Order: sequence, then C-alpha cells, then structure tokens
Amino acid sequence: MCADQIERLPTGITGFDHIANGGLPKGRTTLVSGTAGSAKTVFAAQFLAAGIKRGEPGVFVTFEETPEALRRNMLGFGWDIARWEAEGKWAFVDVSPQPEEELVELGSYDLGALLARIEHAVRSIGAIRLSMDSLGAIFTRLNDSRVVRNELLRIVSTLRRLGVTAVLTAERTQEYGEIARYGVEEFVSDDVVILRNLLEDEKRRRTVEILKFRGTSHQKGSFPFTVIPGEGIHVIPLSAIELKQRSSSVRTTSGNAELDRMCGGGFFRDSIVLVSGATGTGKTLMATTFMAAGVRQNERSLLFAFEESRDQLFRNAIGWGIDFEQMERDGLLRVICNYPEVTSLEDQLIFMKAEIDRFRPQRVAVDSLSALERVATIKGFREFVIGLTSFIKHQEMAGLYTATTPTLLGGSSITEAHISTITDSIILLRYVELFGEMRRGLTVLKMRGSSHDKDIREFTIDSRGMHIGRPFRNISGILSGQFTHIAPSEIDRLSAMFRDDEGDEPARDTAPTN
Amino acid sequence: MSKIVLHLYIAGQTPRAERAISTLRRMIEQELAGHECELTIIDVLADPQQAENQKILATPTLIKSSPPPYRRVIGDLSSVTDLLNVLNLPPQS
Repeated sequence: MCADQIERLPTGITGFDHIANGGLPKGRTTLVSGTAGSAKTVFAAQFLAAGIKRGEPGVFVTFEETPEALRRNMLGFGWDIARWEAEGKWAFVDVSPQPEEELVELGSYDLGALLARIEHAVRSIGAIRLSMDSLGAIFTRLNDSRVVRNELLRIVSTLRRLGVTAVLTAERTQEYGEIARYGVEEFVSDDVVILRNLLEDEKRRRTVEILKFRGTSHQKGSFPFTVIPGEGIHVIPLSAIELKQRSSSVRTTSGNAELDRMCGGGFFRDSIVLVSGATGTGKTLMATTFMAAGVRQNERSLLFAFEESRDQLFRNAIGWGIDFEQMERDGLLRVICNYPEVTSLEDQLIFMKAEIDRFRPQRVAVDSLSALERVATIKGFREFVIGLTSFIKHQEMAGLYTATTPTLLGGSSITEAHISTITDSIILLRYVELFGEMRRGLTVLKMRGSSHDKDIREFTIDSRGMHIGRPFRNISGILSGQFTHIAPSEIDRLSAMFRDDEGDEPARDTAPTN
Repeated sequence: MSKIVLHLYIAGQTPRAERAISTLRRMIEQELAGHECELTIIDVLADPQQAENQKILATPTLIKSSPPPYRRVIGDLSSVTDLLNVLNLPPQS
C-alpha cells in the first residue's frame, strides 16, 4: 500500500497495524510512552503474545512487575505466559526490584550484566521480538542516570545488532508535554508511540498516537483504543476508515408502503437512515416495523435496543401485530438489549461489531443513539457513530438509527447535529398541535441520491402500526415548533397562484447535504 | 565463627572489574586475615544464566551471602574502608 523502504513487523494488535501502515519498523526499537495506567504493560505484553501466535518468540525484560505478577495479570487477556515459557516461546529477564535487596553503590558501574542477560535470553529462544517495561523503574533504582542512559543506548544498539524488533515503554508525567521522563527519548527517538488515558467530562478515554516513525509513513493523529478482557488492546482506527463503501441503488422496504413512496421507492441498501423525534412520536415503532419488514423478506435483522427492556419491546411489537418472539425462534431476528451505562462506547462498538459479525444480518437498527450519547464525550460519540456507520455500510446492510429530540415540540437533538452528515437519509417525526389536539407529523428531510416527498404528512399509530395520511395544509412552523395556522381561504388562494403543474415530474432533491 | 562468602559478578576483564578484584583481594589479605573467606568471581559474559538466576543488574556486583546480613554492592569498590563498612566486616564475634 505504500512504497516504504523500511520493512514492517505486524504487531498483531487489532487496529494498530492499520494506523502504523503495516506494523512497527522491523529490527528497530520503538519507544512506547504513557502516563501511569495508560496500558503500557499491556501493549508490551501483547506485542509479544501476538508475535507468539505468529510463531515469533519473544523476550520480556521487566523492570517493574515481577514475572509472577505478569503471568497472573496477563492470563485475563488469554495469554498463557507460563505455558509459552515452558514451550520456549517466551522468556523473562527479571529486573524487577527484589524485596530483600538493598542496592549499595560504591564506585562506578555499568549494566553489563543486564546486557549479557538480555543477549543470552534472545539467543536461547531465538527471539524475534523483545519488550522492556518500563524504563522509569530502573532510573529510580540507580543513582547515576547518565550511566543508565548510556547503558540503555548500548542495549538498544545490541538489539539492533541482534535483529530484534523491540518495544521500550517509558513513563510520562503528563498527557501532553515531554515525550518521556529521564530524557529517555534521547536514545530511542526514531520511533515513538504515545498512549494516553485522558479524563474528558469525567469520562476516561484512551488514545494511541504514533508520534513518529523515522523515515517512514504512518497515520497521523490519535485514535481511540480500549483494553478488553480476552483480547487486550483494541485500536479503533476511525479516521483511517476509508470512505469508499459501495453505495448501491438497490432499494429495500422500510416496512411502510407509504413511507417507501415518500422516500422515492424505499430505503437504499448500504445506507443509514436516521429517524429523529421526541419521545412517543413513533421512533421505536419505525425501528420495529423496519426489522419486521426484513424478516418478512427472509432477511436477517438485528436490533440493538438501549432504551427499553426486552419485555417492553416485545410487548410493544405485539401491540402493532408483530411477533418478535416467533421471529427470533425462526432465527431471522435477534434483539439485543443493553444499558448503555454498563460499558464505555469504545467497548460498546467492539461488542456491537462482534454481534454483527456473528449474526450476519442484512438489517441493523439502533434504538436509540441518544441513549449512547449520554455515556460519552461529543468527540467519542461522533467517533462511535462513524465507526459503526462505516462498519455497517461495509457489510452491505441497511441501517436505521433513532435519535431522541430533547423537546416535545420542534427542536433538534444533539445527536442529530453531530451525525446528520454521516447518515444518508433523515426522517423527522414531530408533534403538531392542531386546534387543541396533539397530532403527529412526519417528513423525509434528506434522502441522499434520490428524490423524495417534501411534504410534512400527518400520521397516526394504531394496532396495525403507522398510517401516513395527508400533508398538513393549513399549518406552518411544525419543524421549529412555532406553529402558525393559515386560514383555508389563504391556502386556496396560494394554490391558485401556483398551479400544481409540476406534479408529475419527480421533485428535485433540495435537502441540505453538507 | 562462620565463613565469609563473597561472589563478585563482572562482565569481562574491564578496568572496573580489575579495580573491584584488586580492592577485594586487598581487603581479604589485609583486613580479613584470620577469617575463613571464600571469593568466587563470575564472568556474566561466560555464564549469563548465573547472572539471570541471581538477577544481577549492574557490573561489578558483589554479593555477601554469609555471614548475615545479606549485602549487595554495585560499583568498582573504590576503597577498602568503605567496603568493610558497607559489608559489616570483619564480623563481630
């Protein structure tokens, strides 16, 4: 994909190789720097674990945690270090502080012993990879930082001579500022990766950034990642997602014939429809209808529900004449209910992707995105929606998201504002106050790549679902919530002035697409 | 009276290693005469596994494993007086 002269060693860390344009520069030492709790040790261990799965043995030089603690802690990620040690695939060089040891310095010294041990370990298992975690610990144990720096430089050049690709972790005191403490970057400055653990709006957000790969390319900027049990670090390469999804012109039904007509013949497959409206306007009904329509055509349909319980959803569906239970038994429907609060959005995205991969649906609905927005920062939420959208579109699926507006009348949701440009079509559901009565209105605001009905149509909901009726003729300001009634005579007069002679032509798409 | 057991870890015949060895020899001959004393010198370049087992970090490293207290000293052991101090030697009987 790129004409790099520098060979890469794929790390095997999900998503990381994508942002690293293939992996870490082979045969070199990469500095991985981060504050406390930024998952440096996990990165270092995963680099080796992923290597072992590719048949590349690795040496772990630990300055901080004991091998016992590492074997125990890393087991949760599914890395059986003890077994790999027995199989000669993993070797520790244990430089962790010994409790009984009180180091007394008397005269000058070097780290020749450490170098000899590392070289011995590399040779004895034929290591391809090496991790050193973490450098700060050794600086705090030895008084002469200058000696330590010189000796680490000697170790790094020895690793280069041995042809080992290495990860060296180091501490930072703050998320933005100098690369690492103790001037470590002075001797391993070619390749630097930064791990961050940021606190934004009281929410933790982990990101990884490749600061530099000397003489070779990588993706710029920081990318969110998460640490998940059974896997380890999982990078979500959002901005690296190519916007090259096929967009198909194949139409698929929304489950409502009138709505299909308003959309110019149905939703597009490989497209995402956003349904926005206040609570009770019929968003869940649209999602339910959309799912049921899929099942009726023998399409597998997957519903992620974040607002209502399973029981509630199934009861609602029955109320509209849709039997979710039977559909699930037939294996065509899967409903996953989840409280958004139980996990971070990054984890949620990975979970949803995994469910989509497992069920392989042709239709996916998310009810509602607004519920997910509560648990994230604006940036994190946007990244989540982009990640999910591009994933769905890559799979040749039709997607439907719902978003809740905060006010009952008019208004737009925050969700809408952040993701309206990402979705292909937008349908608004609104309450309309009409002569002392609350009615419901629907309009197709945007339909990318197609003409659509521009009217605001009244609809009703009964035991058979949604019924779309006539346009509201004598009322304006529905979308803003500032209603103005226009006398029927005025409408007649206006109609007369603009004779409806364009009726047969397809209306031009005037939807805002920015 | 227990035997004095010393292990010195060096990484090749470097000037530092030679200085450490000569200080140790001087200490044993001049200050510890009359004590039973055993000094083993291990070159980690020749026997890295031994360095791994003992978790040796720096060279030279001197370990006194007997009599107690256990002591680990790194450096080229510049002076006999300081070394005796650090090692708690000669043993007080």
